[in-house]
Amino acid sequence: MKQGRIVLDQQARRVTPLAAGKLLLDNGNPLADQPQWLAPVTGTVYGVALNHRSLLDKLEADFQQPPYQKAPATPVLFIKPRNTHAGHGCTIALPTQAGKVFAGGAMGVVIGKVASKLTEQQALEVVAGYTVVNEISLEESSFYRPAVKAKCRDGFCPMGPWLVDAAALDPLNVEIRSYLNGELAETNHSRDWLRSVPQLIAALSQFMTLQPGDLIIPATPLRQLEIRPGDTVAVEIAGIGRLENHLIAEESTQ
Amino acid sequence: MKHARIRLPGEAEIHAVLVNDDHSVQLADGRRLAEDAVEWLPPAEGTVFALGLNYADHAAELAFKAPTEPLVFLKSPATLTGHRQLSVRPDNITYMHYECELVVIIGKTAKNVSREQAMDYVAGYSVCNDYAVRDYLENYYRPNLRVKNRDTLTPIGPWWVDRDNVANPAALTLRTWVNGELRQQGNTSDMVFDIPFLIEYLSSFMTLSPGDMIATGTPEGLADVVPGDEVIVEVEGVGRLVNHIVSEAQYAARQAQTV
Repeated sequence: MKQGRIVLDQQARRVTPLAAGKLLLDNGNPLADQPQWLAPVTGTVYGVALNHRSLLDKLEADFQQPPYQKAPATPVLFIKPRNTHAGHGCTIALPTQAGKVFAGGAMGVVIGKVASKLTEQQALEVVAGYTVVNEISLEESSFYRPAVKAKCRDGFCPMGPWLVDAAALDPLNVEIRSYLNGELAETNHSRDWLRSVPQLIAALSQFMTLQPGDLIIPATPLRQLEIRPGDTVAVEIAGIGRLENHLIAEESTQ
Repeated sequence: MKHARIRLPGEAEIHAVLVNDDHSVQLADGRRLAEDAVEWLPPAEGTVFALGLNYADHAAELAFKAPTEPLVFLKSPATLTGHRQLSVRPDNITYMHYECELVVIIGKTAKNVSREQAMDYVAGYSVCNDYAVRDYLENYYRPNLRVKNRDTLTPIGPWWVDRDNVANPAALTLRTWVNGELRQQGNTSDMVFDIPFLIEYLSSFMTLSPGDMIATGTPEGLADVVPGDEVIVEVEGVGRLVNHIVSEAQYAARQAQTV
Protein backbone atom coordinates (compact mmCIF):
# COMPACT_ATOMS: atom_id res chain seq x y z
CA MET A 1 0.00 0.00 0.00
CA LYS A 2 1.28 3.45 -0.97
CA GLN A 3 0.11 6.87 0.06
CA GLY A 4 1.19 10.44 -0.52
CA ARG A 5 0.30 13.98 0.52
CA ILE A 6 -0.67 16.72 -1.88
CA VAL A 7 -2.10 20.23 -1.80
CA LEU A 8 -5.60 20.65 -3.19
CA ASP A 9 -7.54 23.91 -2.75
CA GLN A 10 -4.88 24.98 -0.22
CA GLN A 11 -5.52 21.90 1.92
CA ALA A 12 -3.17 19.00 2.59
CA ARG A 13 -4.87 15.82 1.35
CA ARG A 14 -3.92 12.14 1.17
CA VAL A 15 -3.75 10.32 -2.15
CA THR A 16 -3.19 6.73 -3.22
CA PRO A 17 -2.05 5.59 -6.66
CA LEU A 18 -4.38 4.25 -9.35
CA ALA A 19 -3.27 2.59 -12.55
CA ALA A 20 -1.44 4.55 -15.27
CA GLY A 21 -0.17 7.29 -12.98
CA LYS A 22 -3.63 8.46 -11.90
CA LEU A 23 -4.38 9.29 -8.28
CA LEU A 24 -7.23 8.62 -5.90
CA LEU A 25 -8.11 11.29 -3.34
CA ASP A 26 -8.80 10.47 0.31
CA ASN A 27 -12.55 11.03 -0.28
CA GLY A 28 -12.68 8.47 -3.09
CA ASN A 29 -12.61 10.97 -5.96
CA PRO A 30 -10.17 10.51 -8.82
CA LEU A 31 -7.60 13.21 -9.48
CA ALA A 32 -6.81 13.76 -13.14
CA ASP A 33 -4.20 16.51 -12.86
CA GLN A 34 -0.69 16.15 -11.55
CA PRO A 35 -0.87 17.68 -8.09
CA GLN A 36 1.49 19.76 -6.02
CA TRP A 37 3.14 17.18 -3.78
CA LEU A 38 4.01 17.66 -0.13
CA ALA A 39 6.55 15.74 1.90
CA PRO A 40 4.80 12.53 3.01
CA VAL A 41 5.50 13.21 6.72
CA THR A 42 5.34 16.21 9.04
CA GLY A 43 7.43 15.05 12.02
CA THR A 44 11.07 15.57 12.89
CA VAL A 45 13.58 14.45 10.26
CA TYR A 46 16.74 12.98 11.77
CA GLY A 47 19.71 12.28 9.53
CA VAL A 48 22.67 10.03 10.23
CA ALA A 49 26.03 11.27 9.01
CA LEU A 50 29.17 9.20 8.52
CA ASN A 51 27.21 5.97 8.21
CA HIS A 52 28.28 5.10 4.67
CA ARG A 53 31.45 3.16 3.98
CA SER A 54 32.55 5.53 1.22
CA LEU A 55 32.79 8.34 3.78
CA LEU A 56 34.31 6.26 6.54
CA ASP A 57 37.04 4.93 4.25
CA LYS A 58 37.95 8.45 3.17
CA LEU A 59 37.96 9.93 6.67
CA GLU A 60 39.45 7.06 8.68
CA ALA A 61 42.86 8.74 9.01
CA ASP A 62 41.32 12.16 9.74
CA PHE A 63 39.35 10.68 12.63
CA GLN A 64 42.61 10.15 14.56
CA GLN A 65 43.66 13.80 14.11
CA PRO A 66 42.44 17.04 15.71
CA PRO A 67 39.76 18.16 16.11
CA TYR A 68 38.29 14.63 16.12
CA GLN A 69 40.98 12.62 17.99
CA LYS A 70 39.03 9.39 17.66
CA ALA A 71 36.36 7.81 15.48
CA PRO A 72 32.73 8.45 16.47
CA ALA A 73 31.49 6.00 19.10
CA THR A 74 27.77 6.62 18.54
CA PRO A 75 25.68 7.57 15.48
CA VAL A 76 26.44 11.11 14.27
CA LEU A 77 23.05 12.79 14.00
CA PHE A 78 21.63 15.94 12.51
CA ILE A 79 18.17 17.46 12.03
CA LYS A 80 16.61 18.63 8.77
CA PRO A 81 14.16 21.29 10.03
CA ARG A 82 10.76 22.11 8.57
CA ASN A 83 12.00 24.80 6.16
CA THR A 84 14.01 22.10 4.35
CA HIS A 85 11.03 19.78 3.80
CA ALA A 86 9.69 19.73 0.25
CA GLY A 87 7.67 17.45 -1.98
CA HIS A 88 8.19 15.57 -5.21
CA GLY A 89 8.20 17.94 -8.16
CA CYS A 90 9.03 21.03 -6.11
CA THR A 91 11.53 23.40 -7.62
CA ILE A 92 14.50 23.84 -5.29
CA ALA A 93 16.55 27.02 -5.21
CA LEU A 94 20.30 26.53 -4.87
CA PRO A 95 22.66 29.21 -3.58
CA THR A 96 25.25 30.17 -6.16
CA GLN A 97 27.69 31.95 -3.83
CA ALA A 98 28.09 29.23 -1.19
CA GLY A 99 30.28 26.69 -2.93
CA LYS A 100 29.28 23.37 -4.41
CA VAL A 101 25.91 21.75 -3.71
CA PHE A 102 25.48 17.98 -3.62
CA ALA A 103 22.54 15.63 -3.89
CA GLY A 104 22.18 12.98 -1.19
CA GLY A 105 20.10 10.12 -2.53
CA ALA A 106 18.74 8.29 0.50
CA MET A 107 15.92 6.33 2.04
CA GLY A 108 13.55 7.70 4.67
CA VAL A 109 12.42 5.39 7.47
CA VAL A 110 9.06 6.62 8.74
CA ILE A 111 8.15 5.94 12.35
CA GLY A 112 4.59 4.74 13.01
CA LYS A 113 4.47 4.29 16.80
CA VAL A 114 5.85 6.05 19.84
CA ALA A 115 9.29 4.51 20.28
CA SER A 116 11.46 4.69 23.39
CA LYS A 117 14.41 2.55 24.49
CA LEU A 118 13.88 -0.20 21.93
CA THR A 119 16.18 -3.11 21.34
CA GLU A 120 17.46 -3.84 17.86
CA GLN A 121 15.08 -6.80 17.76
CA GLN A 122 12.05 -4.61 18.55
CA ALA A 123 13.05 -1.72 16.30
CA LEU A 124 11.31 -2.65 13.05
CA GLU A 125 7.97 -3.01 14.86
CA VAL A 126 7.70 0.80 15.07
CA VAL A 127 8.36 1.42 11.37
CA ALA A 128 5.27 2.60 9.46
CA GLY A 129 7.01 2.49 6.12
CA TYR A 130 9.61 3.92 3.83
CA THR A 131 9.96 6.83 1.45
CA VAL A 132 12.57 8.38 -0.83
CA VAL A 133 14.68 11.33 0.35
CA ASN A 134 17.17 13.64 -1.29
CA GLU A 135 19.31 14.93 1.59
CA ILE A 136 20.83 17.92 -0.18
CA SER A 137 23.91 19.54 1.35
CA LEU A 138 26.65 22.00 0.66
CA GLU A 139 30.10 20.49 0.57
CA GLU A 140 31.23 19.46 4.04
CA SER A 141 34.89 20.03 4.73
CA SER A 142 34.54 19.33 8.44
CA PHE A 143 32.25 17.25 10.64
CA TYR A 144 33.30 18.96 13.88
CA ARG A 145 30.43 21.45 14.21
CA PRO A 146 26.73 20.99 13.41
CA ALA A 147 26.20 21.47 9.67
CA VAL A 148 23.26 23.88 9.91
CA LYS A 149 24.49 26.19 7.17
CA ALA A 150 25.25 23.26 4.85
CA LYS A 151 22.13 21.19 5.42
CA CYS A 152 19.30 23.42 6.63
CA ARG A 153 18.63 25.64 3.60
CA ASP A 154 15.09 25.96 2.32
CA GLY A 155 14.04 22.95 0.26
CA PHE A 156 17.20 20.95 1.04
CA CYS A 157 15.20 17.87 2.05
CA PRO A 158 12.70 16.85 -0.62
CA MET A 159 10.87 13.63 0.25
CA GLY A 160 8.31 11.38 -1.38
CA PRO A 161 6.19 11.14 -3.36
CA TRP A 162 5.14 7.85 -1.75
CA LEU A 163 5.21 6.40 1.68
CA VAL A 164 5.04 2.61 1.26
CA ASP A 165 4.06 0.20 4.01
CA ALA A 166 6.88 -1.40 5.98
CA ALA A 167 6.10 -4.82 4.52
CA ALA A 168 6.96 -3.62 1.01
CA LEU A 169 10.68 -3.45 1.65
CA ASP A 170 13.59 -5.13 3.42
CA PRO A 171 15.56 -2.25 5.00
CA LEU A 172 18.65 -4.46 5.14
CA ASN A 173 18.69 -4.84 1.36
CA VAL A 174 17.93 -1.53 -0.31
CA GLU A 175 19.52 0.16 -3.29
CA ILE A 176 18.98 3.86 -3.85
CA ARG A 177 19.72 5.23 -7.30
CA SER A 178 20.31 8.90 -8.03
CA TYR A 179 19.91 10.35 -11.51
CA LEU A 180 21.20 13.64 -12.83
CA ASN A 181 19.29 14.88 -15.87
CA GLY A 182 18.07 11.34 -16.51
CA GLU A 183 21.48 9.62 -16.24
CA LEU A 184 22.26 7.22 -13.41
CA ALA A 185 24.89 9.07 -11.38
CA GLU A 186 25.17 7.37 -7.99
CA THR A 187 24.01 4.36 -5.99
CA ASN A 188 23.69 4.00 -2.23
CA HIS A 189 23.29 0.41 -1.01
CA SER A 190 22.36 -0.61 2.51
CA ARG A 191 25.17 -3.19 2.60
CA ASP A 192 27.58 -0.22 2.76
CA TRP A 193 26.02 1.23 5.90
CA LEU A 194 27.98 0.92 9.12
CA ARG A 195 24.79 0.70 11.22
CA SER A 196 21.61 -0.90 9.93
CA VAL A 197 18.11 0.59 10.18
CA PRO A 198 17.18 -1.50 13.27
CA GLN A 199 20.47 -0.58 14.95
CA LEU A 200 19.86 3.12 14.29
CA ILE A 201 16.27 3.08 15.57
CA ALA A 202 17.45 1.30 18.72
CA ALA A 203 20.32 3.78 19.23
CA LEU A 204 18.22 6.91 18.71
CA SER A 205 15.38 5.66 20.88
CA GLN A 206 17.74 5.15 23.83
CA PHE A 207 17.85 8.88 24.48
CA MET A 208 14.98 10.46 22.59
CA THR A 209 11.43 9.27 22.05
CA LEU A 210 10.52 8.93 18.40
CA GLN A 211 6.99 9.93 17.42
CA PRO A 212 4.69 8.76 14.62
CA GLY A 213 5.59 10.80 11.55
CA ASP A 214 9.25 11.21 12.50
CA LEU A 215 11.67 10.13 9.79
CA ILE A 216 15.22 8.78 9.90
CA ILE A 217 17.66 9.08 7.00
CA PRO A 218 20.03 6.16 7.65
CA ALA A 219 22.88 7.08 5.31
CA THR A 220 24.07 9.26 2.47
CA PRO A 221 27.18 8.41 0.49
CA LEU A 222 30.31 10.56 0.13
CA ARG A 223 29.25 13.77 -1.58
CA GLN A 224 30.11 13.32 -5.23
CA LEU A 225 26.91 14.11 -7.09
CA GLU A 226 27.18 17.86 -7.63
CA ILE A 227 23.94 19.58 -8.67
CA ARG A 228 23.55 22.97 -10.32
CA PRO A 229 20.76 25.35 -11.30
CA GLY A 230 19.09 24.01 -14.42
CA ASP A 231 19.59 20.37 -13.47
CA THR A 232 16.88 17.85 -12.71
CA VAL A 233 17.79 15.41 -9.96
CA ALA A 234 15.88 12.20 -9.26
CA VAL A 235 16.24 9.59 -6.53
CA GLU A 236 14.66 6.20 -7.00
CA ILE A 237 14.12 3.13 -4.86
CA ALA A 238 12.55 0.03 -6.40
CA GLY A 239 9.25 -0.67 -4.67
CA ILE A 240 8.89 2.86 -3.32
CA GLY A 241 9.09 5.30 -6.19
CA ARG A 242 10.96 8.12 -7.83
CA LEU A 243 11.49 11.56 -6.27
CA GLU A 244 12.28 14.18 -8.88
CA ASN A 245 13.10 17.86 -8.40
CA HIS A 246 14.20 20.64 -10.70
CA LEU A 247 16.87 23.04 -9.52
CA ILE A 248 17.07 26.78 -10.08
CA ALA A 249 19.37 29.54 -8.89
CA GLU A 250 18.39 31.20 -5.62
CA GLU A 251 18.85 34.68 -7.09
CA SER A 252 16.10 34.00 -9.62
CA THR A 253 13.57 33.62 -6.78
CA GLN A 254 14.21 37.02 -5.21
CA MET B 1 1.13 40.01 27.94
CA LYS B 2 2.26 36.48 28.69
CA HIS B 3 1.21 33.60 26.41
CA ALA B 4 1.38 29.93 27.30
CA ARG B 5 0.25 26.50 26.16
CA ILE B 6 -1.16 24.26 28.84
CA ARG B 7 -3.12 21.06 29.39
CA LEU B 8 -5.55 20.24 32.15
CA PRO B 9 -4.79 17.12 34.21
CA GLY B 10 -6.07 14.01 32.46
CA GLU B 11 -7.07 15.83 29.27
CA ALA B 12 -5.47 15.69 25.84
CA GLU B 13 -6.57 19.08 24.55
CA ILE B 14 -3.94 21.81 24.41
CA HIS B 15 -5.08 25.30 25.39
CA ALA B 16 -3.43 28.52 24.29
CA VAL B 17 -3.84 30.77 27.31
CA LEU B 18 -2.94 34.17 28.67
CA VAL B 19 -1.08 34.25 31.97
CA ASN B 20 -2.06 36.62 34.77
CA ASP B 21 0.33 38.49 37.06
CA ASP B 22 -0.17 35.90 39.80
CA HIS B 23 0.79 33.19 37.21
CA SER B 24 -2.73 31.82 37.07
CA VAL B 25 -3.89 31.14 33.52
CA GLN B 26 -6.95 32.42 31.72
CA LEU B 27 -8.71 29.92 29.44
CA ALA B 28 -10.67 31.05 26.40
CA ASP B 29 -13.91 29.93 28.11
CA GLY B 30 -13.26 32.30 31.02
CA ARG B 31 -11.98 29.78 33.55
CA ARG B 32 -9.05 30.92 35.66
CA LEU B 33 -6.70 28.20 36.93
CA ALA B 34 -3.82 28.41 39.39
CA GLU B 35 -0.20 27.91 38.29
CA ASP B 36 -0.05 24.52 40.00
CA ALA B 37 -3.39 23.30 38.58
CA VAL B 38 -2.22 22.97 34.97
CA GLU B 39 0.44 21.12 32.99
CA TRP B 40 2.74 23.68 31.38
CA LEU B 41 3.85 22.81 27.86
CA PRO B 42 6.57 24.40 25.71
CA PRO B 43 5.11 27.82 24.83
CA ALA B 44 5.55 27.61 21.04
CA GLU B 45 5.96 25.05 18.24
CA GLY B 46 8.62 25.44 15.60
CA THR B 47 12.25 24.83 14.78
CA VAL B 48 14.45 25.24 17.84
CA PHE B 49 17.88 26.77 17.34
CA ALA B 50 20.40 26.91 20.14
CA LEU B 51 23.68 28.76 20.41
CA GLY B 52 26.89 27.36 21.81
CA LEU B 53 29.66 29.53 23.24
CA ASN B 54 27.67 32.74 22.79
CA TYR B 55 28.88 34.38 26.01
CA ALA B 56 32.55 35.24 26.09
CA ASP B 57 32.90 34.32 29.77
CA HIS B 58 31.29 30.89 29.24
CA ALA B 59 33.51 30.18 26.25
CA ALA B 60 36.53 30.97 28.44
CA GLU B 61 35.15 28.68 31.15
CA LEU B 62 35.07 25.82 28.66
CA ALA B 63 38.57 26.74 27.43
CA PHE B 64 37.39 27.87 24.04
CA LYS B 65 37.95 31.02 22.13
CA ALA B 66 34.65 32.71 21.30
CA PRO B 67 33.67 31.68 17.78
CA THR B 68 33.93 34.05 14.84
CA GLU B 69 30.67 32.73 13.40
CA PRO B 70 27.68 31.65 15.51
CA LEU B 71 27.87 28.05 16.70
CA VAL B 72 24.29 26.99 15.99
CA PHE B 73 22.72 23.61 16.63
CA LEU B 74 19.16 22.36 16.35
CA LYS B 75 16.84 20.67 18.78
CA SER B 76 13.74 18.58 18.09
CA PRO B 77 10.43 18.61 20.00
CA ALA B 78 11.52 15.30 21.60
CA THR B 79 13.77 17.14 24.06
CA LEU B 80 11.36 19.93 25.03
CA THR B 81 9.36 19.99 28.21
CA GLY B 82 7.51 22.69 30.13
CA HIS B 83 7.56 24.60 33.42
CA ARG B 84 7.41 22.57 36.67
CA GLN B 85 8.24 19.30 34.87
CA LEU B 86 10.83 16.61 35.52
CA SER B 87 14.20 16.26 33.81
CA VAL B 88 16.07 12.96 33.83
CA ARG B 89 19.71 12.67 34.76
CA PRO B 90 20.99 9.52 33.01
CA ASP B 91 22.47 6.80 35.21
CA ASN B 92 26.24 6.35 35.32
CA ILE B 93 27.32 9.79 34.17
CA THR B 94 29.61 12.26 35.91
CA TYR B 95 28.54 15.69 34.69
CA MET B 96 25.17 17.11 33.66
CA HIS B 97 24.81 20.87 33.87
CA TYR B 98 22.05 23.46 33.47
CA GLU B 99 22.24 26.42 31.07
CA CYS B 100 19.98 29.43 31.65
CA GLU B 101 19.11 31.06 28.32
CA LEU B 102 16.98 33.82 26.86
CA VAL B 103 14.84 32.45 24.03
CA VAL B 104 13.68 34.59 21.11
CA ILE B 105 10.31 33.62 19.62
CA ILE B 106 9.93 34.45 15.93
CA GLY B 107 6.60 36.02 14.97
CA LYS B 108 6.87 36.62 11.25
CA THR B 109 8.34 34.78 8.25
CA ALA B 110 11.93 35.97 7.93
CA LYS B 111 14.31 35.52 4.97
CA ASN B 112 17.28 37.78 4.25
CA VAL B 113 16.41 40.14 7.06
CA SER B 114 18.96 42.84 7.92
CA ARG B 115 19.99 43.41 11.50
CA GLU B 116 18.36 46.85 11.38
CA GLN B 117 14.97 45.23 10.65
CA ALA B 118 15.47 42.06 12.66
CA MET B 119 13.49 43.05 15.75
CA ASP B 120 10.35 43.47 13.62
CA TYR B 121 10.36 39.68 13.26
CA VAL B 122 10.45 38.97 17.00
CA ALA B 123 7.13 38.06 18.64
CA GLY B 124 8.54 37.83 22.13
CA TYR B 125 10.82 36.10 24.58
CA SER B 126 10.91 33.01 26.72
CA VAL B 127 13.36 31.17 28.98
CA CYS B 128 14.96 27.77 28.60
CA ASN B 129 17.25 25.51 30.53
CA ASP B 130 19.44 23.90 27.89
CA TYR B 131 20.81 20.97 29.91
CA ALA B 132 23.88 19.16 28.62
CA VAL B 133 25.32 15.77 29.54
CA ARG B 134 28.99 16.35 29.00
CA ASP B 135 29.94 12.67 29.31
CA TYR B 136 28.35 12.15 25.90
CA LEU B 137 30.26 14.87 24.03
CA GLU B 138 31.95 13.66 20.90
CA ASN B 139 33.86 15.66 18.33
CA TYR B 140 31.31 15.20 15.55
CA TYR B 141 28.59 17.80 15.01
CA ARG B 142 29.55 18.94 18.49
CA PRO B 143 27.45 19.42 20.61
CA ASN B 144 25.85 16.24 19.34
CA LEU B 145 22.22 15.24 19.84
CA ARG B 146 23.04 12.68 22.50
CA VAL B 147 24.36 15.57 24.63
CA LYS B 148 21.72 18.17 23.80
CA ASN B 149 18.58 16.53 22.49
CA ARG B 150 17.61 14.04 25.19
CA ASP B 151 14.05 13.42 26.36
CA THR B 152 13.05 15.95 29.08
CA LEU B 153 16.34 17.86 29.03
CA THR B 154 15.21 21.14 27.48
CA PRO B 155 12.64 22.75 29.77
CA ILE B 156 11.28 25.90 28.12
CA GLY B 157 8.74 28.48 29.27
CA PRO B 158 6.76 28.97 31.41
CA TRP B 159 5.37 31.36 28.80
CA TRP B 160 6.50 33.86 26.24
CA VAL B 161 6.14 37.59 26.81
CA ASP B 162 5.42 40.11 24.09
CA ARG B 163 8.47 41.77 22.59
CA ASP B 164 7.21 45.22 23.56
CA ASN B 165 7.01 44.23 27.22
CA VAL B 166 10.80 43.90 27.32
CA ALA B 167 12.40 47.32 26.99
CA ASN B 168 15.94 46.18 26.22
CA PRO B 169 16.61 42.47 25.57
CA ALA B 170 20.33 43.26 25.47
CA ALA B 171 20.43 44.15 29.17
CA LEU B 172 18.70 41.34 31.06
CA THR B 173 20.09 39.49 34.05
CA LEU B 174 20.10 35.69 33.79
CA ARG B 175 20.20 33.66 37.00
CA THR B 176 20.16 29.99 37.94
CA TRP B 177 19.40 28.67 41.42
CA VAL B 178 19.96 25.08 42.52
CA ASN B 179 18.02 24.21 45.67
CA GLY B 180 17.63 27.90 46.38
CA GLU B 181 21.32 28.72 46.04
CA LEU B 182 22.34 31.19 43.30
CA ARG B 183 24.80 29.33 41.05
CA GLN B 184 24.87 31.14 37.72
CA GLN B 185 24.54 34.81 36.94
CA GLY B 186 25.16 36.80 33.78
CA ASN B 187 23.71 39.44 31.55
CA THR B 188 22.50 39.34 27.96
CA SER B 189 24.71 42.38 27.31
CA ASP B 190 27.62 39.89 27.21
CA MET B 191 26.34 37.93 24.22
CA VAL B 192 28.96 37.49 21.51
CA PHE B 193 26.30 37.55 18.76
CA ASP B 194 23.25 39.59 19.71
CA ILE B 195 19.63 38.94 18.73
CA PRO B 196 19.56 41.15 15.61
CA PHE B 197 22.79 39.53 14.39
CA LEU B 198 21.43 36.00 14.95
CA ILE B 199 18.23 36.75 13.01
CA GLU B 200 20.22 38.32 10.19
CA TYR B 201 22.63 35.37 10.16
CA LEU B 202 20.06 32.55 10.21
CA SER B 203 17.69 34.25 7.78
CA SER B 204 20.57 34.77 5.35
CA PHE B 205 20.54 31.06 4.48
CA MET B 206 17.17 29.74 5.69
CA THR B 207 13.62 30.93 6.24
CA LEU B 208 12.51 31.46 9.83
CA SER B 209 8.80 30.98 10.57
CA PRO B 210 6.42 32.02 13.33
CA GLY B 211 6.97 29.82 16.38
CA ASP B 212 10.64 29.21 15.66
CA MET B 213 12.72 29.64 18.80
CA ILE B 214 16.31 30.78 19.19
CA ALA B 215 17.96 29.87 22.51
CA THR B 216 20.69 32.46 22.65
CA GLY B 217 23.35 30.78 24.79
CA THR B 218 24.41 30.79 28.43
CA PRO B 219 26.92 32.70 30.58
CA GLU B 220 29.48 31.16 32.95
CA GLY B 221 28.66 29.39 36.18
CA LEU B 222 27.93 25.80 35.26
CA ALA B 223 27.71 23.01 37.80
CA ASP B 224 26.57 19.41 38.05
CA VAL B 225 23.00 18.65 39.08
CA VAL B 226 21.72 15.39 40.57
CA PRO B 227 18.38 13.69 41.25
CA GLY B 228 16.47 15.57 43.93
CA ASP B 229 17.72 18.99 42.84
CA GLU B 230 15.32 21.82 42.15
CA VAL B 231 16.72 23.98 39.34
CA ILE B 232 15.29 27.42 38.60
CA VAL B 233 16.42 29.50 35.65
CA GLU B 234 15.25 33.09 35.37
CA VAL B 235 15.59 35.83 32.81
CA GLU B 236 14.82 39.25 34.22
CA GLY B 237 11.50 40.59 32.97
CA VAL B 238 10.74 37.42 30.99
CA GLY B 239 10.12 34.53 33.36
CA ARG B 240 11.22 32.05 35.94
CA LEU B 241 11.26 28.38 34.91
CA VAL B 242 11.20 25.70 37.62
CA ASN B 243 12.43 22.17 37.04
CA HIS B 244 13.23 19.07 39.10
CA ILE B 245 15.93 16.51 38.41
CA VAL B 246 15.06 12.82 38.80
CA SER B 247 16.87 9.55 38.16
CA GLU B 248 15.93 7.21 35.34
CA ALA B 249 14.23 4.87 37.85
CA GLN B 250 12.28 7.72 39.46
CA TYR B 251 11.13 8.92 36.07
CA ALA B 252 10.04 5.45 34.97
CA ALA B 253 8.08 5.06 38.21
CA ARG B 254 6.40 8.43 37.66
CA GLN B 255 5.50 7.52 34.07
CA ALA B 256 4.00 4.21 35.21
CA GLN B 257 1.80 6.11 37.70
CA THR B 258 0.38 8.47 35.11
CA VAL B 259 -0.45 5.85 32.48
